[in-house]
Amino acid sequence: MSDFLQAPLADLSQRVPHWLEAIQARARAGWEAASLPTRKTENWKYTSLAPLRDDYQFAEAGTAVAELPATLAAGFGGHRLVFVDGQFAENLSSPAAAIDGLTVCRFADASDEQATDIAGLLGTAIGGDHVFATLNNAALGDGLFIDVKAGAIIDRPVEVLWLNAASAQATAMNQRLLCRVGANASLTIVEHFAGLEGAAPSFCNGLTELHVQDNAFLAHYRLHEEAGEAVHIGGVHTRLARDARYAGFHLALGSVLKRLDLVVHHAGPGAHADLNGVYLPRGEEHIDYHTTIEHAVPHCTTDEIFRGIIGDSATAVFNGRIHIHPDAQKTRAELSNRNLLTSNEATVNTKPELEIYADDVQCAHGATVAQLDAAALHYLRTRGVSREEAEVMLSFGFINELIDGLELDSVRDYLRPILAARFARDEALARHLLLTRRSQ
Amino acid sequence: MLTIENLHASVDGKDILRGLSLTIQPGEVHAIMGPNGSGKSTLGHILAGRPGYDVTEGAVTFEGQNLLEMETEDRAREGIFLAFQYPVEIPGVSNMEFLKASVDAVREHRGLPALDAVSFMKSAREACKAANLPAEFLKRGVNEGFSGGEKKRNELIQMMLLEPKLCVMDETDSGLDIDALQVVAGGVNALRDPGRAFVLVTHYQRLLNYIEPDHVHVLANGQIVRSGDKSLALELEERGYGWLEAEVA
Repeated sequence: MSDFLQAPLADLSQRVPHWLEAIQARARAGWEAASLPTRKTENWKYTSLAPLRDDYQFAEAGTAVAELPATLAAGFGGHRLVFVDGQFAENLSSPAAAIDGLTVCRFADASDEQATDIAGLLGTAIGGDHVFATLNNAALGDGLFIDVKAGAIIDRPVEVLWLNAASAQATAMNQRLLCRVGANASLTIVEHFAGLEGAAPSFCNGLTELHVQDNAFLAHYRLHEEAGEAVHIGGVHTRLARDARYAGFHLALGSVLKRLDLVVHHAGPGAHADLNGVYLPRGEEHIDYHTTIEHAVPHCTTDEIFRGIIGDSATAVFNGRIHIHPDAQKTRAELSNRNLLTSNEATVNTKPELEIYADDVQCAHGATVAQLDAAALHYLRTRGVSREEAEVMLSFGFINELIDGLELDSVRDYLRPILAARFARDEALARHLLLTRRSQ
Repeated sequence: MLTIENLHASVDGKDILRGLSLTIQPGEVHAIMGPNGSGKSTLGHILAGRPGYDVTEGAVTFEGQNLLEMETEDRAREGIFLAFQYPVEIPGVSNMEFLKASVDAVREHRGLPALDAVSFMKSAREACKAANLPAEFLKRGVNEGFSGGEKKRNELIQMMLLEPKLCVMDETDSGLDIDALQVVAGGVNALRDPGRAFVLVTHYQRLLNYIEPDHVHVLANGQIVRSGDKSLALELEERGYGWLEAEVA
């Protein structure tokens, strides 16, 4: 068994709603019996949990934050909910005025009917053995339920900002989001993780479950900007019903340790998933994306593209598994993972895994590790651009191909300057990167 | 403006240029012709500073400076422009960002004030118009998905915006249909100026029907084996290169 977080869990005084007590109690027993993964555990070969500390405490009272820093204040033009150190911060949130067909509620505030829905759905999107999902259930306090009624088209995004603010004490946070998009409905969610300047080390255990029902559409952005000593171990589990469409975009800037397990389960025929992501560790940072696409039924399609730029002595792990079950005939699944190493000390471990048990499928996968394209670098220099600026432009371009494809302007406009600054140690080198807007 | 003396160069240990000499004055247009493998493209790459090309002997002087000691970007800033035979595609970097970065770098080097976004856009749109390339191409990735002709016209746009002193055009006419060729030739002719020189590296005499050269040189086996006026190009068109190579041998 693992000692990790056992004492803070025992001290946790926050009560879950009574209708979640059974789930929580079961998970606590599970967590007590569980062991933390080691490098010998399957799926954890390249990621060490050594950065986890033994002094995290849950910030049950939350941390008072009077206002958000300017960079975060603008948001993405949607209904916004803010959680600080795992606790809902009403003063920073601008929840939806009543919108037909959209319910956004905290577990703590759920009506009887909503409680029944939540209790019935919670955990059902999660397949396989995910020990940190067990921990998430064990630490279950508050959570967020987003529910879209059948046929409702929700125009503005729902955004959730999970902020780490505590400065005095290493903090543990449990993040839980449950979403259901009803048949023929449409929704965009932006999940955003960030830390305030001066925040103490933190551990966030994130768990998001997405149910996309028949012929519905969900766009889901998950942006990880936590820095420094912030550890994030999280999972996003998506279940797609018949003809459902899902567009997932993930971004991770580095911190001491980030590990995300993304699982898409094609549970109804005709479903389509786009799963794209970008990871940019530098310094001594470590980012690990494990993606799994379960094709359980016929006629589903998946397009997955992940790109990483790994600098300094940072490390990245990308494991992309596509599992095509025996019944999943006529599947089309494509996975591409490209990595750019910008230093001799940078490391990436990339592994596409195809497991195909059906015979009438189209599958392709590719993984590359490279350095900046010498021909492109030379071309830019023959036009007078300095080598340093050319390197910044090419690195940005490598990622920007995915950013340019994002549907939500507000996310694109938010990310581009952050990415430009990420690649240029000197601001002047990024000055030409932000001239073009799609809207022009 | 440019003096090349007894230039020897190799790529991957293979000798390509074997004693090439050439002098170019401001305002002149030189055509360099020759069979495949004669070293025509190598000359352009060496002038632009492409890595992997080793100069083993000889000297190149551009406006009194030793060109071979200059960094690639400094050569461009000093006014050398190579129009690539195969322009490079750079997805994710927009053409406009690329052009602005280039123009800013060159102007800064020449002590000129930076263009503001509005003036820059105006010049970029004018250049597009002159090159007969829709302005939408400014928003696309550099050369990304452009046809062969569109890439060559994009090179012309860069040349117009950067206002170089010496333009080296490496087989810019290859693979162009007659309409595109006329556009490119028209662009070059419009840029002709007493202070500006051109080197047209070409495989085909056809280009010279549209851009009249002052001098025509034949490159064979890494050397200039014959120089003349535009009538030499017509003679080559009729007789091919075999007789010259035979004379030299």
